[in-house]
Amino acid sequence: MSAIPSTASEIAAAVIAKRITARAVIDDYLSRIDARESEIHAFNLVMAQDARAQADAIDADIVAGRPVGPLAGVPIAIKDNMCTHGVETTCSSKILEGWKPPYDATVITRLRTAGAVIIGKTNMDEFAMGSSTENSAFGSTRNPCDVSRVPGGSSGGSAAAVAAGFSPVSLGSDTGGSIRQPAAMCGVVGVKPTYGVVSRYGLVAYASSLDQIGPFATTVADAALLTEVIGGHDPMDSTSIPLASPSLLPSVSQGVSGMRIGRVTDLPAGAEPEVVAQLNEAFAALEAAGATIVDITLPSLSYALTAYYLIAPAEASSNLARFDGVRFGLRVNAADTNSMYGATRAAGFGDEVKRRIMLGTYALSAGYYDAYYGKALKVRRLIAQDFERAYEQVDAILTPTSPVVAFKFGDKVDDPMSMYLCDIYTIPTNLAGHPAMSVPFGTGAHGLPVGIQVLAPALGEQAMFRVGGALEVAAGGAQ
Amino acid sequence: MSDSPLSSIVATEDQMLEGGWELIVGLEVHVELATRTKLFSGSPNRFGDEPNVNIDPVTLGLPGALPVLNRQAVELAMRIGVALNCRIQPCIFHRKNYFYPDMPKAYQISQYDIPLNVDGFLELPSGTTIGVERAHLEEDTGKSTHVGGATGRIHGSDYSLIDFNRAGVPLVEIVSRPDIRTSEHAREYVSELRAILEVIGASDAKMEEGSMRVDANVSVHKPGTPFGTRCEIKNVNSIRALGRAIDYEARRQIDVLDTGGVIRQETRHWDDAEGRTHTLRVKEDADDYRYFPEPDLVPVAPDDAWVQAVRDNLPMLPAARRSALSALTGYDTRSEAIIVVVERAQHDYVQAVADAGGDAVRALIYVQQAFADAGPTPAVPAKDLAALTILERDGKLSATQAKTVLSELVENGGGDAAAIAAAKGFEAMDNSAVEAMVDEAIAADPDAWSKYCAGEEKAAGAIVGRVMKASKGKADGKVVSAIMQSRRGS
Repeated sequence: MSAIPSTASEIAAAVIAKRITARAVIDDYLSRIDARESEIHAFNLVMAQDARAQADAIDADIVAGRPVGPLAGVPIAIKDNMCTHGVETTCSSKILEGWKPPYDATVITRLRTAGAVIIGKTNMDEFAMGSSTENSAFGSTRNPCDVSRVPGGSSGGSAAAVAAGFSPVSLGSDTGGSIRQPAAMCGVVGVKPTYGVVSRYGLVAYASSLDQIGPFATTVADAALLTEVIGGHDPMDSTSIPLASPSLLPSVSQGVSGMRIGRVTDLPAGAEPEVVAQLNEAFAALEAAGATIVDITLPSLSYALTAYYLIAPAEASSNLARFDGVRFGLRVNAADTNSMYGATRAAGFGDEVKRRIMLGTYALSAGYYDAYYGKALKVRRLIAQDFERAYEQVDAILTPTSPVVAFKFGDKVDDPMSMYLCDIYTIPTNLAGHPAMSVPFGTGAHGLPVGIQVLAPALGEQAMFRVGGALEVAAGGAQ
Repeated sequence: MSDSPLSSIVATEDQMLEGGWELIVGLEVHVELATRTKLFSGSPNRFGDEPNVNIDPVTLGLPGALPVLNRQAVELAMRIGVALNCRIQPCIFHRKNYFYPDMPKAYQISQYDIPLNVDGFLELPSGTTIGVERAHLEEDTGKSTHVGGATGRIHGSDYSLIDFNRAGVPLVEIVSRPDIRTSEHAREYVSELRAILEVIGASDAKMEEGSMRVDANVSVHKPGTPFGTRCEIKNVNSIRALGRAIDYEARRQIDVLDTGGVIRQETRHWDDAEGRTHTLRVKEDADDYRYFPEPDLVPVAPDDAWVQAVRDNLPMLPAARRSALSALTGYDTRSEAIIVVVERAQHDYVQAVADAGGDAVRALIYVQQAFADAGPTPAVPAKDLAALTILERDGKLSATQAKTVLSELVENGGGDAAAIAAAKGFEAMDNSAVEAMVDEAIAADPDAWSKYCAGEEKAAGAIVGRVMKASKGKADGKVVSAIMQSRRGS
């Protein structure tokens, strides 16, 4: 038996070629979790026994000569807002503590079919609301690069799991940057596909028109492989695009020769100087690799954050209304039904969730709808138009992923506005429904990882992965 | 209320209420669609099963579950739109947010400002046209049973049981314009709507089972003044109750207004046993439903080909059926025989009897009288019934004899009418024999005859009875009467 490889594609290849067993792979990753999970707290649940059984089943298939999928034996960590049949799915909220869904999310079904081994459910900001994973009801996750700092959020557990080597890949969800921002802060690759490429069936909704599932990985190629596996039309999600999953792996090594890359001249300010320096390095690297840098403007971008914090809470206020203590999850008994609702929701939701439910309820109220929600939808259309105009000139756009590197625990948690600003560069893509990814690119302040964000037009994943692959090479990563 | 030109309808003088008040009614009718599965999930849409068997993650609103629109529900809703002369337009769904234990997601997926069907109308059998503002798709709630407590309502109950079988069942809400001016028209509207829904296969439309639910918006005003404040009447569970509830509510409002009071906009509950309405909730308590476009669904835009296919495949509607029967028989479309036969969907059968050479009028009357339980396709072959109508028309059988043969046909599911008549000894008597019998009867009872001649019509019974006895029932009563009249000289 050879050593356990570190990427998903290598693991699958080795398992399929019988150089190693899926069981050996999972045991190795479980031992890494044992060694460091108490320090990191990436997981809400480590499914050791179940994962070993899944791995044994893959090995049995291989021994019997039955066909296995492209992720055979690959351990994967799943953000705790994706439904796993019979396995606790909490959204890091007390209101869902102990809830075991009676069904698998579509992405889980696809991962299982591809032979992946689900190793655990990862910590997150409660209901995906936050940018530091400090809003988890079950305690914060620490950044494996510097355990005194946050991993970003809301998919902080999934980012940390990959950064700490607990699993070669993981899944997160991204509503306003919740994959890309923690990927940047933990120094891994994170992808938010085009809205509708990956089914949302079984993803506990935060803001339905913005939510999208995507992968974390240590390499751009693994991220492409994962996107291929989980992508493609799903009849269970009406917003799923009726197309087969795109072929992405070939794009990763295609290079950027002849591509036009946009530099946003009116990008909202506020990024740390070291982050700006890395962005300039990235442009230089792409130019050196044969791309043309084109200056563009996106004037509506400065309104994106405001629009997002009306649209997302409005949808959340409706999506989270079902947590009423009637059918599942927490129930706090009270004298009558209305009091039971109040007591259950008061005890079950954390402060940030309550803040957004109130914000969204207000934004949708009679008499305020047009001024808030209606206006936010108009801004959303303007942003989409800005991008459309930009993509007449360029094939992809480069920005920082996060204006700041990973910050210390408690730095922003009492100042919601400064926390919200962490997502200023990631939110516009969610509003437009376009794909975006974060690729680790050097370091910033305190030697912490910096992520560069690649934006592409709707269904422009191939262009995005070409640029992502080139950035990875320029940063000295996988080839 | 509405600014449609149709709502400028003014009650005729005999439709006005006393004191110069005019009644204004608009109806909101919810019908459960007869789909195989629910509006947004694959669970069966079936009434009467054990509680909580037709459920799934979508029905229960489990975290992560997503709705997928049922194409058959859209098609049935389009059928309703076409049948009600609506414009079918590209539409979207909204969320209507409110908390209630039998509303699993704490929001109902419904249609708000851009519904599927708009601007239609329904023509009542009596000839009045009622505007239809919209007919939109939405999902039903679960069903709560509140146990303990005096009222059967949630307040004061010990606990509640919820059956989610009904949650997610597709509904179409049909909203009329406030064009209805009498309780009779309201009943007629619902009755005709129910007939249409059954004919087009959109719903079984049973008010008793709740697959058709009617809410009435009732107000009164003096013509020439703006409409009065309306009250919405709920819990109306039959067409008869609808008429009573509207009449009661109009009376109540007029009493309030006549004594200087004001009508509050409120929802009122019809109590059928007490025969009155009482306040359920006043407008100020109304929820803010925070409608917003449902982000989990995409717009629905039925293309022209689909709409045309629905139009082309629509069966003949009740109004057209009545017209056809009227043309066939010469009866008025509003005659009871035609209305009843069309309601039972036996119009095709009457036509088939006529096509088999039968007498259309007699066929219509036979079917009305003897086929109440026979359904749309009676067992008696059309040609058998046709033969009977001819025997009666040609005077070979008296009306009484024909009725006896008809009962035999119905009982046996058909047969040779002439053979049955012969077996019963029914042979037509020629008129001269009857005339002789009439003369004998007059001679036998001169007392009755002179009374009859003096204009005492009921004295005829004694003479007719003697003739029938003498003929052993074979004489045709009509023929006997005609002879007696000619003998009397009138």
